[in-house]
Amino acid sequence: MATASSNTTPQKGFMGWLNKRLPVNAFLENQLTGYYAPKNLNFWYFFGSLALLVFVLQILTGIFLTMHYKPGEAIAFDSVEYIMREVEYGWLIRYLHSTGASFFFVVVYLHMFRALLYGSYRSPRELLWLLGMFLYLALMAEAFMGYVLPWGNMSYWGAQVIVNLFGTIPVVGPGLVEWIRGDYGIADSTLNRFFALHVIALPFAIALLVALHLVALHETGSNNPDGNDIKDKVGKDGKPVDGIPFHPYYTVKDIVGVGVFLAIFCSVVFFAPTFGGLFLEKPNFEPANPLSTPEHIAPVWYFTAFYAMLRAVPDQQLGALIMLLSILLLFLLPWLDRSPVRSIRYKGILSKIALGTFVVTFIALSYLGLMPADGVYVLLARIFTVLYFAFFLLMPWYTRAEQTKPVPQRVTYHA
Amino acid sequence: MSDDVINAQDVDLSRRKFLTAATAATGAVGAVFAAVPFVASWKPSERARALGAPTEIDLTKLEPGQMVVSTWRRQPIYVVRRTPEMVSALGKNDGQLKDPQSASSEQPEYAKNEARSVKPEYLVVYATCTHLGCLPKQHFTPGDPVVGADWPGGFFCPCHGSKFDLAGRVFNGSPASANLRIPPHKYEQESLLLIGVDAGAPAAAALPSTASRGLA
Repeated sequence: MATASSNTTPQKGFMGWLNKRLPVNAFLENQLTGYYAPKNLNFWYFFGSLALLVFVLQILTGIFLTMHYKPGEAIAFDSVEYIMREVEYGWLIRYLHSTGASFFFVVVYLHMFRALLYGSYRSPRELLWLLGMFLYLALMAEAFMGYVLPWGNMSYWGAQVIVNLFGTIPVVGPGLVEWIRGDYGIADSTLNRFFALHVIALPFAIALLVALHLVALHETGSNNPDGNDIKDKVGKDGKPVDGIPFHPYYTVKDIVGVGVFLAIFCSVVFFAPTFGGLFLEKPNFEPANPLSTPEHIAPVWYFTAFYAMLRAVPDQQLGALIMLLSILLLFLLPWLDRSPVRSIRYKGILSKIALGTFVVTFIALSYLGLMPADGVYVLLARIFTVLYFAFFLLMPWYTRAEQTKPVPQRVTYHA
Repeated sequence: MSDDVINAQDVDLSRRKFLTAATAATGAVGAVFAAVPFVASWKPSERARALGAPTEIDLTKLEPGQMVVSTWRRQPIYVVRRTPEMVSALGKNDGQLKDPQSASSEQPEYAKNEARSVKPEYLVVYATCTHLGCLPKQHFTPGDPVVGADWPGGFFCPCHGSKFDLAGRVFNGSPASANLRIPPHKYEQESLLLIGVDAGAPAAAALPSTASRGLA
């Protein structure tokens, strides 16, 4: 890992003093100015750095919310109202945090789609993909527990439904649910432990996973829209001919992405923070009431695809199992894809149809999860659940059966 | 100085390996024991357990065909006073039920009968849907337009559409697989219902504090 900087003349002054004690320059050179990324990365590659930006935003706004929020059955709801009405700019900090949660998922879903599109999960990046999937799981847990904290009626009943999912596990289920709640129902103890997990344990785990995700990325290097390896073509200087240093080229490019992102993000924060009930649901503006179920319980939009699959199955244990499998299958992608090429650009027609269908399926399931569970909605949810699973389970077959195009030696710029 | 240098072949590597493994194993066992208090701290506390004492309900004010919502251990419980017509109509549902005999459902032995109760007149059930814990709503009128023209009357869960009859038994086609659960309950006097104690058990024995205080 020791690079050029250690061979050149030693620095003088403060930076020289510092670098002898802390390898600041060596680190920056390794990870930024000396880290070569493919020169053909397109806009799909914005979403990784944007996810990091939203994470920082959530940590920052979260710290300030914690200063005013009070966990506890009797005080949580009021403390959120207090933040909204009486804390200076409390409304802004909370809306940044709640909108940030939804945008985190928007960005992460686009980031994951990019991996599907260009085969970024393929060898040698399987572990990078797995670390990303663990990040996604941690993010789901983080978002769910954060949603419980305002202690609105939807918080309460959402927690009830999700925690009861663990009760479907044979034998240990009921005891496990009681242990998770710390009471015979969703209660003060549940709220307090979710608060602890939401503000300390999970952010810590996410930060650690982000670090591992980045280390793994910088070890294998970024994939690119052509899905070939820039390390295969190295110039006289030992650098990939199709690579450019991450800094300044991609830092500058990412700033443009950040600008566009913030413009959209702030429009939502200032003009549509509830996003028509999609980001903040109406029943959550009523305090939690254990004796009254909201007319229609739906999770926040980013979970509704999985929720639709849960409801599509007319058996409770099987439904929970299907939902679990729908997430677990994502972990297996690197081994399900048997195509000789990585990128969709050079894959055959079957893969293109499959990926297109999968996108439609995921959006359709997300929509169906928001709708009541009856009549035609259940039927549609069943059809799309089958399509969702077909995308994964048939992948070893269709990726091998189809005719692929030759992958160019060098990266290209078209499309 | 050279006397202090140990030759590689003189080192007993198997001994070193054994000691390393033994240290690691001891450490792992220690870590498991150290985790016990932390894991146990998540269990219901003494206070939560004390607050889980039986609930009593005075049934004299409950008219036939009416329902009251009570709680025991934070779980909402429905107490329905069924009319004789409601009770006699229960048998007609058997063909459309997933578990008409409540064979694979959760209830105390004394409530494992067609009316699923100690007294056929009163139904005492956990109000939480056996699917995912929402509260099924009361739709006691047969043919209730919300549920359907062929509806015999019972409970309908608005979350995921599970349907239960007036004995809390689940209808075919519901996402829930089991009948609504029946909590332990007994009648202390003719019209004094105690939820949280098994019929036959002396009230004071189960959880002395609240139960006896409540009756005093």
